[in-house]
Amino acid sequence: MRYRHTVGAETYQFRDLKDLLAKASPARSGDYLAGVAASSYAERMAAKMCLAEVPLKRFLEEHLIPYAEDEVTRLIVDTHDPVAFSEVSHLTVGDFRDWLLSDAADTAALSRIARGLTPEMVAAVSKLMRNQDLILVAGKCRVVTAFRDTIGLPGRLSVRLQPNHPTDDVRGIAASIIDGLLYGAGDAVIGINPATDSIPALIDLYYLVDEFIRTFHIPTQSCILTHVTNQIQVMEKGAPVDLVFQSIAGTEKANRGFGISLAILQEAYEAALALQRGTVGQNVMYFETGQGSALSADANFGVDQQTCEARAYAVARHYSPLLTNTVVGFIGPEYLYDGKQIIRAGLEDHFCGKLLGLPLGCDVCYTNHAEADQDDMDNLMTLLANAGLTFIMGIPGADDIMLNYQSTSFHDSLYLRQLLGLKPAPEFEQWLAEMEITRDGRPRSIDPTHPLLAQGLRLPRAA
Amino acid sequence: MTHHHKIARLDPWAHLRAYTAARIALGRTGISLPTDEVLGFGYAHAMARDAVHRPLDVAELRTALTEAGFDSMHVASAAPDRATYLLRPDLGRQLDAASISTLQQAADKGGDVLLVVGDGLSSLAVQRHALPLLVQLRALIPPTWRVGPVVVASQARVALSDHIAELMQAKAVVMLIGERPGLSSPDSLGMYLTYAPYVGRQDGERNCISNIRPEGLGYAAAARKTYWLLQEAVRLKLSGVGLKDESDVAELVDAGMTRLEEQN
Repeated sequence: MRYRHTVGAETYQFRDLKDLLAKASPARSGDYLAGVAASSYAERMAAKMCLAEVPLKRFLEEHLIPYAEDEVTRLIVDTHDPVAFSEVSHLTVGDFRDWLLSDAADTAALSRIARGLTPEMVAAVSKLMRNQDLILVAGKCRVVTAFRDTIGLPGRLSVRLQPNHPTDDVRGIAASIIDGLLYGAGDAVIGINPATDSIPALIDLYYLVDEFIRTFHIPTQSCILTHVTNQIQVMEKGAPVDLVFQSIAGTEKANRGFGISLAILQEAYEAALALQRGTVGQNVMYFETGQGSALSADANFGVDQQTCEARAYAVARHYSPLLTNTVVGFIGPEYLYDGKQIIRAGLEDHFCGKLLGLPLGCDVCYTNHAEADQDDMDNLMTLLANAGLTFIMGIPGADDIMLNYQSTSFHDSLYLRQLLGLKPAPEFEQWLAEMEITRDGRPRSIDPTHPLLAQGLRLPRAA
Repeated sequence: MTHHHKIARLDPWAHLRAYTAARIALGRTGISLPTDEVLGFGYAHAMARDAVHRPLDVAELRTALTEAGFDSMHVASAAPDRATYLLRPDLGRQLDAASISTLQQAADKGGDVLLVVGDGLSSLAVQRHALPLLVQLRALIPPTWRVGPVVVASQARVALSDHIAELMQAKAVVMLIGERPGLSSPDSLGMYLTYAPYVGRQDGERNCISNIRPEGLGYAAAARKTYWLLQEAVRLKLSGVGLKDESDVAELVDAGMTRLEEQN
C-alpha cells in the first residue's frame, strides 16, 4: 500500500510501509549504504509525520517481509497476543508515543502490553521519539530474569565480565576474571569470546569459569560465546554449560548467514533448560544483536537497519533469555558512522528491547575506524544507565585485546554505580560484601592475601 | 611520566600482568582511572586513529620497492577519499576509471602469482611490514613461477585484488592489506590469497593470515604460511574453505625431518 503526506504545497509519497519506516529513520550511514534512507531532511520529517498517522493495527496487516518467505515474520505474527494488544490497538503510531509518555503507561501497563506489540510497532514509534523520550519510557519498563542471581531489579546495574584473550590462554583469562571480580564486575555473566572453535579447548574454558564459580561460591553464570552448534556438542559431552549464547538477526536469511534457524535455537534452548543449573531462575539464553547485521548479510530486504534490529528482539524473546546485548558500535562506520549515530542507535535498541519485554544490556562500544572515542562511550553509558539499562560490559581498561575494539571497563561500571546509586544484582552484592571486595557498596582496599589472589590462579584443568 | 604525589591507589595484583596484555591492575583514584592510565589509553587510541587516517606514502613505498628489486605499479579504488572509503566499502572493492585503463595496458602481466599491497585500514601496517614480508616471500617462490609487478593500491578493500588480478589475468593473487587497528596493535598486516581471482569472488573463497607484525606473526613465518597456501592452492586449483591451513603440521614434519637428517 502507498502512503502519502502533504506539508504545505509539497506532497511526499512512500512506496509501502517499509519504505515509510526507512525514510522516517533518523539518519545513519547503514541506511544510506542500503539505499533506503530519506533523500532530504524534509522528506525524513514528512515520513515521520505520515508514520504518526498510521494505525498500529496496520502493522498486523502489512508485513514488511512476507509471511510465506521468512520464519521471523511467521514467529512475529503467530505469537502476537491480541488480548495484550487490545489496550493500545485503537492508537496510531503518533498517539502511541503520546500514550507511552503519559501517566497511564506505568510499569504495570507496559508489562501488560509487551506481548501485544510487534517489533515493527516499537521500531515505528521509536522513530518519532527524541532521545529523552526513549530514555524516559525505557526507564518505566521492568524486565526481571534470573539464573544464579536476579537481573533487572530496579536500582540495579549488572556487568558482563568479558575476560577475552587472543589465544584463549587460560591463565591470561583467569587474570582478567580476577581483576574484574575484584572491581565488583561479573554479576550478569562471566562471558568469554573464544578465539578457538576446537571443542576440547572450548570445554577447558567452561571448566575454567565453572571452577571459579564453584570455588568461590559466586552467584553468577558462565557463557562461552561460540557458535550455538558447538555449545550443543559441548553439552552432549557433559561440560558445565550455564547460558547458551548466539548472535541473532531480524530476518531468516540473515540468521542463515549466522548458520542458525529458529529450530536450532529451540534445540539449544531445550538442552540448556534440561541441565537445570540455575538456582534462583531458569533463564538460560544469552543473545547478541546489532544494527546492520541484516544488511551485511545482504538480507535486509529493503527494511531499515533499526527495524531489522527490533525484529531480532522478537527472536530473542521467544526463548526467555537471561540477557540480550546490543553490540551497538562494533559493526563499523559504514553502518553507524560516528558518536552521534552510535548513541542514538544504543538508545533506540534499549527502548525497543525493553518495550518488547527483553532484559536489554548494551555493549557500549566503537571501533578505531569509527568517528567516536571514549567520551562518546561516557555519554551513551550515562544515558543508558539513566534509562534503566540492564547490564554493560566490563573489560579490563575498556580495551578488548582479542576482538580489537573499545567498550566499557570495570571502572566505568563503578562510575555509573557511584553516580546514580546503582547496585549489582542482590545476590552478587551480598557476595561482594562477604568477600570483602565492597563495604557499604563501595569498593574496598584489597589485601594481597585476598582469597581470589591467593587461590585464583591455581587452575585445576588448565595447569 | 610519573606523578610524585601518590593519590591514586595501586592494585596489589600487578604480578598478574605477566599472564595477559589486557589492561588489568590499573589502580584507581576514587573509582576512576588514574591520570597516567587515561593518557596512556588516549595515546594508544591516537596511534590507531592515525593508522586509519594517515594516507599511505605511495611514492616512498614504491621507491623502497624499486631499491629492493621489485617492479611496481600504482592503482586507486573508486573511493576518492578516506571519508568515502569508510562509508562505502563497495567503492573500495572497485578500481577507478584511470586504474582500469592502466591495468588494461598490463593485461598479460599478472603471471602465476600477483602481489598486491593495499592500504586498507592501517597505512602504518603497510608502511612497516609490507616490504619485509615481500622480500621473505620472494625468497621462497621458485624462479620458474612468473611473478607480476607489485601493485600498490590506495583506498583498497580486500576484494579490490579480484578486480586488479582479473584485468592482469593472474592465476592467483596475494593481497597484503592493513587490518582494522586495535588499541594494542595499530599496525597489523593481513594476507589474503585468492586462486583464480575475478570480480565477484566471495570471502569464503580466500585464505587469510592475520596479525602479521613482529609482535604477532613474524615475517618469516608469515612468508612460509603464505607460500605453503600458494602451493596448495595451485595443487588443488582453489582457495578458501576448501583449502585448510595445515602449514603448522607441515612445518612440524619438516622440523622432524631436519632433525632426523642431522642425526644421520
